[in-house]
Amino acid sequence: MPIRRGIGNFAGNLNLPRVVVNNLLQFRIGKALKHTGRFVINTTLGMGGLLDPATPMGVEEDRTNFGETLYVWGVKEGNFMELPLLGPSTDRATVGMIVDLFTNPLVYMVPSPENTIGVFSAGLSKIGDRYEYSSTIDSILYESEDSYAQARSLYLQNRRFELGVEVTDDEVDEIDSLFEDLYGE
Amino acid sequence: MVSDVKRRTVLAGLGAGVVVAAVPGSAMALNTAEARRLIDDVVSEITRVINSGGSESRMLTQFERIFDRFANTAVIAIRVLGADARSASQAQLRNFTVAFRRYIARKYGRRFREFIGGRIEVNSARAVKSWHEVQTTAHLQGEAPFRIDFLVKEAGGRNLFFDMVIEGISLTKVEREEIGAMLDRRRGNLDQLISDLRNTG
Repeated sequence: MPIRRGIGNFAGNLNLPRVVVNNLLQFRIGKALKHTGRFVINTTLGMGGLLDPATPMGVEEDRTNFGETLYVWGVKEGNFMELPLLGPSTDRATVGMIVDLFTNPLVYMVPSPENTIGVFSAGLSKIGDRYEYSSTIDSILYESEDSYAQARSLYLQNRRFELGVEVTDDEVDEIDSLFEDLYGE
Repeated sequence: MVSDVKRRTVLAGLGAGVVVAAVPGSAMALNTAEARRLIDDVVSEITRVINSGGSESRMLTQFERIFDRFANTAVIAIRVLGADARSASQAQLRNFTVAFRRYIARKYGRRFREFIGGRIEVNSARAVKSWHEVQTTAHLQGEAPFRIDFLVKEAGGRNLFFDMVIEGISLTKVEREEIGAMLDRRRGNLDQLISDLRNTG
């Protein structure tokens, strides 16, 4: 476990320049500064990124990627898909993942072949903290009569929640008119 | 238009059932503090049942009672049925609501047993659109804390929650998908689904 965490920390640290680039593309200057500080702290005090002293100092990471940048720019979600090995995704998230192979400035600042680490850090950084649904949500999937439809619904809802997408006007109308029908004068 | 009028009458009939059971004198508009208090009560009731050490069947019955008391099961059932609610008769809707309440209490009640030794913390409440959202955090043993939001809205003089959202995942939407799949498998036969829901688990 400590080794796994070390790898996760190290790759996560190499991934931070990519996060900063995406923060800037999303016009989130405060977050870009915070993640720059995190990169400096963990690279120096954290022995090149193997340790994560920044988190207990309150400089934790808010994950982001080019998929979120596309969302901020107003790009539509597109279709849902199940990618081999990578799991559920959307058109927008998949394009974001591909673009993110090239958004890490380390790729351009470090000579070859060491710069390939910038490409791999995106995948490696997920080792330490692979996203997992809580077992409560998992059980909904296992017991489902249509687990594909359910997986699609769970992923899209959770992804929109992470992006901070507001409830749609259609849904508000649906709820309001139902309450009106049931309890209206 | 004819179907709209029918839907209104059918739904109003269901709503009236709730009004009759409502506590008199509490017909004030819901505010944030009241929404929070409701969820405080829900959480403490759930915690009490979990730590009571009763048998599973006893706990499931108690969960069903909590659900009945604090949740707007009529709204949840109709939203879960979605478009299928429009073609259903009033009797079918009423029977479905009862069967669905039992199904949901049992399905999620089983999971609540994992909460033994854990706790749910009520963090904050805020007005969202025409309802209130009460944010809570579940701290379970061996799991990272996760967020559960309760959506609360006044209904016929009672404050009830009409959805529960785990990390952005709505119970209503999950069950709409689920009940939709169950109906498809039964070729859209709602009566068959109702009787199956009554007999499962």
